[in-house]
Amino acid sequence: MSQSTVSRRTPRPPSPWKPVKQSRKLSNPNAVVSLNGRWGYLFTAPFFVMFLIFGLAPIIYSVYIAFFNWDALGTQDFIGLDNFTALVADDRFWNAMANTFDIWLMSTIPMLILSISLAAVLHNPYLRGSTFWRTILLVPNITSVLAIAIVFGQLFGRDFGIINDIIGALGFQHIDFVQGTQSSHIAIASMIVWRWTGYNALIFLAAMLAIPGELYESASLDGATKWQQFRYVTLPGLRNTITFVLIVGTIGGLQVFAEPLILGGSYNGGDSGQFSTLTLFLFDQAFVAYKWGYAAAIGIMITFIVAIVSIINFYITRKLAGEKK
Amino acid sequence: MKSTILINPNKKPKWHKMGVGGYIALIITTFLSIFPFYWMFIVASNGTDEISKVPPTLLPGPRFFTVVSHVYEALPQFNQALLNSFYVGTAISVAQVFFSAIAGFAFAKLNFRGQKYMVLFVVLTMMLPSQLGIIPLFMLMGWAGLLNSLGALIIPALVTAFGVFWMRQVIDTQVPNELLEAASIDGAGVFRAYWNIVLPIIAQSSFVLGLFSFLASWNDFLWPLLVLNSPENFTAQVAVNQLKSSYAIDYALNMGGAFLSTLPLLILFIFVGRRLVRGVMDGAVKG
Repeated sequence: MSQSTVSRRTPRPPSPWKPVKQSRKLSNPNAVVSLNGRWGYLFTAPFFVMFLIFGLAPIIYSVYIAFFNWDALGTQDFIGLDNFTALVADDRFWNAMANTFDIWLMSTIPMLILSISLAAVLHNPYLRGSTFWRTILLVPNITSVLAIAIVFGQLFGRDFGIINDIIGALGFQHIDFVQGTQSSHIAIASMIVWRWTGYNALIFLAAMLAIPGELYESASLDGATKWQQFRYVTLPGLRNTITFVLIVGTIGGLQVFAEPLILGGSYNGGDSGQFSTLTLFLFDQAFVAYKWGYAAAIGIMITFIVAIVSIINFYITRKLAGEKK
Repeated sequence: MKSTILINPNKKPKWHKMGVGGYIALIITTFLSIFPFYWMFIVASNGTDEISKVPPTLLPGPRFFTVVSHVYEALPQFNQALLNSFYVGTAISVAQVFFSAIAGFAFAKLNFRGQKYMVLFVVLTMMLPSQLGIIPLFMLMGWAGLLNSLGALIIPALVTAFGVFWMRQVIDTQVPNELLEAASIDGAGVFRAYWNIVLPIIAQSSFVLGLFSFLASWNDFLWPLLVLNSPENFTAQVAVNQLKSSYAIDYALNMGGAFLSTLPLLILFIFVGRRLVRGVMDGAVKG
């Protein structure tokens, strides 16, 4: 529509301010060179200005106050690396770290397996009602963590939760999903799995649909079974997507706090800190103990941990997800 | 299957047929996806006593409006909280679409010095844990006098690296360079090219970005909890959390609140669910 509006006009000579020299190497090789690139500075300025004020400046300031004994009441004493040495010696920190990784593993692995399997089912062109199934998959993702945690908290309840009703009916002892360490991690991980499996299944499905159909055709001509098709055609084709989902999942998973916060109803992550996580510990120090310098140091440690785990993930999935192209 | 191929090589079955197992898996998934929402309503409409029985009631009860009235007794500002969430979500999604689309356009289609490094910078900022700067941000809001106001929720969220990156991908793949070249030969300036050509093409994707921003804002929990403290400024999430803390074990009340705060999203989802699905799939990393 707009195209014809534009092209109906009489061609004009190019405007004088079209400065890009074709000979110079373009900063953006895909750019439309006939458009004046300098507008780019203006167009991207709102993002950079806002990010500078509300994103970057707070982060830099956070690094600064990590070297201080800094609290909400006005104490501001420079103490060098003391916050970091205290943190390394703090049992609560290591406990939170262990819990975070346990919850992350218990949510990531089932979530990956379930979402790839669901995507494989949805990938079959003989499937009926595929739009309906796809839409259903996204339903859990639209709710708030708060609402989920309230419902799951009830479902996992020790005395009157449905899950314990089932466990009891099968003849086992009721499990306390809040007081136990491992069992509380299961409850939290299940909230994460419930919320993200469908979303990631759609991501994997999109990637599967991008795999050329000829590959499946030749595989089935070679007599490949369903499983062999999946193992030798689908899975290698998902390499980058698995890496992406894992890295995004790591960034989110290592910062998990809302589920444990609501499950326990406080920042301490359970009576004995059995489901305290790194970010929850940060908030506990920042907004309950008001030790802002110490909390900032925790934030920096989380950043390093997320970066290291993301890099490890990147290499492991490259290796695991099959042969190189 | 193997023998079919051997006997009749001309018939190339590209796909194995859909088995019953697949449908069973999908039906179980559907059940598990819907059940928590259904359960919210069951508990809210039966009251805490009914669901404490073994086996519990699995059908809606008659007490839903009683529970709702309890929610409004416990927190008379509950409607205001829903409205606040709506205002904040709308403001954020409109701003994010506006700023992200124009920045995404610049990153995708314009050539300016340093462009490459700026894009890299945007990607790197997406990797930063969002909690890292939360204490200084809180201090900043205090200095700016924005604590306990909806501005503290809106202003830091006006534009995100994710939105910019997403719009860059969308414009890069959906808007052909030839169209923009033709327009500029016809004498259109950068802004006219953006307005007349890019915007109509990306309208659908912008809508999806707006929806995601709205959902994220509606569901945001911790930041509103930190910066808001008077009930007339609460968002829906803070209000629901308030119910939780004032009545420790009243599940019916909690679930009633949770249900009321989720209902607008479920209704929205009925109308836009399919577009959201397409948005998620369009934005996926493939390969």
